[in-house]
Amino acid sequence: MTRASLNGLGRRADASRTLHPVAWWVWALGLAATASVVTNPWMLVLVVLVVSIVVVARRTDAPWALSFRLYLWFALFIVVVRVLLRVMLGGDSGGTVLVVLPEVPLPDVARGVRLLGPVALESVLAGLYDGMRLATIVVCVGAANALANPKRLLASLPPALYEVGTAVVVALSVFPQLADSLRRVRRARRLRGDAGRGVGALRRVVVPVLEDALERSMTLAAGMDARGYGRSGTATPRQRAVTGSLLLGGLVGLAVGVYAFLDSSAPRVLAVPMLVTGTVLSVAGLAAAGRRVQRVRYRPDPWARGELVAIASGLGAAVLAVQLPVWQPLVANPPLGAFPTVTPLAVAIVLLGLLPAALIPEPPAAAPASRTPQEVAT
Amino acid sequence: MIELRDVTFGYDDADHPVLRDVDLRLEEGELVLVAGRTGTGKSTLLRLLNGLVPRFSGGELAGDVLVDGSSIVGVAPRDLAHVVGHVPQDPLAGFVTDTVEEELAYGMEQLGIDPGTMRRRVEETLDLLGIEDLRDRALRTLSGGQQQRVAIGSVLTMHPRVLVLDEPTSALDPTAAEDVLATLARLVDDLGLTVVVAEHRMERVIPFADRLVLVDDTRVRAGEPAELLRTSSVAPPVIELGRLAGWDPLPLSVRAARRRRDALRERLSDRRSRAVTIAGEDQLVARGVTVAHGDLVAVRDVSVRVRRGEIVTVMGRNGAGKSSLLWALQGAGKRRAGSLDVRGEDPATVKADRARTLVGLVPQTAGDLLYLETVALECAAADQQADAVPGTCRTLLDRLAPGIADAHHPRDLSEGQRLSLVLAIVLTARPHVIALDEPTRGLDYGAKVELRRILRDLADDGHGVLVATHDVEFVAQVADTVMVMAQGEVVSAGTPEQVLPESPAFAPQVWKILGDGWLTVDEVQAALA
Repeated sequence: MTRASLNGLGRRADASRTLHPVAWWVWALGLAATASVVTNPWMLVLVVLVVSIVVVARRTDAPWALSFRLYLWFALFIVVVRVLLRVMLGGDSGGTVLVVLPEVPLPDVARGVRLLGPVALESVLAGLYDGMRLATIVVCVGAANALANPKRLLASLPPALYEVGTAVVVALSVFPQLADSLRRVRRARRLRGDAGRGVGALRRVVVPVLEDALERSMTLAAGMDARGYGRSGTATPRQRAVTGSLLLGGLVGLAVGVYAFLDSSAPRVLAVPMLVTGTVLSVAGLAAAGRRVQRVRYRPDPWARGELVAIASGLGAAVLAVQLPVWQPLVANPPLGAFPTVTPLAVAIVLLGLLPAALIPEPPAAAPASRTPQEVAT
Repeated sequence: MIELRDVTFGYDDADHPVLRDVDLRLEEGELVLVAGRTGTGKSTLLRLLNGLVPRFSGGELAGDVLVDGSSIVGVAPRDLAHVVGHVPQDPLAGFVTDTVEEELAYGMEQLGIDPGTMRRRVEETLDLLGIEDLRDRALRTLSGGQQQRVAIGSVLTMHPRVLVLDEPTSALDPTAAEDVLATLARLVDDLGLTVVVAEHRMERVIPFADRLVLVDDTRVRAGEPAELLRTSSVAPPVIELGRLAGWDPLPLSVRAARRRRDALRERLSDRRSRAVTIAGEDQLVARGVTVAHGDLVAVRDVSVRVRRGEIVTVMGRNGAGKSSLLWALQGAGKRRAGSLDVRGEDPATVKADRARTLVGLVPQTAGDLLYLETVALECAAADQQADAVPGTCRTLLDRLAPGIADAHHPRDLSEGQRLSLVLAIVLTARPHVIALDEPTRGLDYGAKVELRRILRDLADDGHGVLVATHDVEFVAQVADTVMVMAQGEVVSAGTPEQVLPESPAFAPQVWKILGDGWLTVDEVQAALA
């Protein structure tokens, strides 16, 4: 028996499988929440380390898993931009002045904004901590993207949202195809001679690639339709009307509720009660819509010990981190004037996030590389 | 089962319809072969059967299409998915999911079949098609033949009563094509499915076909294969040989023809051997060429020699390294080792403009070279890029494929016309050697005869010609020298008479019937004349 079929048999067992994508997202968002309530740079660095270790230990070799590095670069970019902004738009906060840059005079319209001028240590540090916090959240999201199979994530949407999910899946699959045709067309360019520079040269790549993409999407649409995608099921007009009004009512309730919740001047009766009503109506609407969808899920991802570990580690870190500013305020948000320190408790909270690297099953080994030379070449 | 009544279909802007007055009845459990020249409406006919035409094509449909006695005109394809399974031409473009198992289940998920049944049907289908060991594989990593079988499986799991396949083997090498077609025959035998298949490798399907549907110039004729093939405009070599020899009834398979060969062989006793007189000087000499993509060695230590006036063909299964070799010889593809000499220069080290005058390459997806709105603009651009006299490309195109209007959009051309346009563009640079990668893909028998004439003319003009293909019959007709590649290495090389009969997968039909060095119907005809 080949290795691939052995993997197939082992898929239900806890050995060697990929986790439910929702579990990865809960874990990653939990760590993101942890990062969002602290500004202690050591803790933030630790979160990034923990997340990176888990990604390296548990990612597959699927294309989306390779995107993690991009998120790291993006995070670095965020930190740099934040600090640079603080240097340029220093503000008059006072504090320890590091260096005095020549101030750029601005017209009266921009009164209150100061360009360059004295740069205070506190201001730069505030920018650094703030940027690091945002960057860490971005890295957490990147980790979820790298670990969770986006297609299986969309497949776990409630049945009513299934068609939207499929549309997104198809859109996702367009990118590797675009990359393929781009590579092909760029290579073919050498066979045709120079098309000049600028628009001419660009067009020579863009036109064939887009034509190719358009043709593929038409083919795919026809193919999906021929295989039953979008069959309407057997709802009566009455059922449709009920489902529609439930969903619409839910949406209105949620919108009003969120607005009232955020705007403290709105009547309180609109806030939480409307939120709750809206949520209930939406859930009922989705359930009603889901019932008339005759689609069934083939071999859904199971929820087993691994998923529980991931969720517990993410949520656990988040819940404890929310308490940290109460228990140890100086550790959670260190004053800008002093050197930040950490306590064993703070480290332990972040290290909770490391559990998946040790306790959940490894992803299955990659399928044997069997791309033919020709496929690689084209 | 399925019935077309007086169907006429056409596009509003065209002067004549694609299909006219079609009356056709498909019975339960028969295998129907749809044949005809390219661009005559074979695909349109197939797509009518599940409503993809006119829903996804536009155009006007008159007449009625009935499934089990009730009209399906206006019914969406999705609501016929459980009755008619449609397998598109390029399986990879039609896949919705990532892995084999999910793809097999996709259709059933749409139909809302209960999970237990789904699981059972997936297992049955994996076994039926012999793809059990592929179940967890990513679809993109499968070979062409495997992808085609998965595509068939993905509609079979819905238990349709009719299976419609549009050219399922057009991109496959002979062995993979054989596998897919054998699978189809088995489905008809074991499951009693009605199978409708459009196929230009007719010879492989004809022996199993219960009925032949010929699409010819907007008209459709249906009937016994042996009867229709007497006069059909498309016919495989075995039929042409039968017609030539006057055999009646016409033998439909190589096996049937072989039993009649003795009389013909006696008439052919004084066989004239093929005149092989290539004494031209070397145009291209490559020694020890090695190409690698990352860790994967695609071409290993291959030596090629192309002389003036010589047509060299490179054969081998998909992925044997044919394309990589051609790209490396053009200089656009990377070469890890080896030497290359085209009239004293190495295309890989000179500028791209210079390389194109040494070796011109028509790639497998020829359309990649086209980017302008009309044929005239493409030709003008080609003249300018090659520093040729204005009108050179157009003159070449008129020689290769007369009658293509200047104002046509390149995407609207037929496969054969588009290939001619790209070939004309490549030839405008006047290369010493012309390389073509799988040029016969999507071409019918007539268009292949045309291509053969073009290649022979080019060779007679003093070009060296290099063709990578897995089309055995085409090689038998056109090649002076044949190289067979496997796993990036040359496994045999020589004249077609020496090389082709060596392996059953590459032996042309005429040789299978007559043996004795006969490769093509033309040779037999010349000997009889």
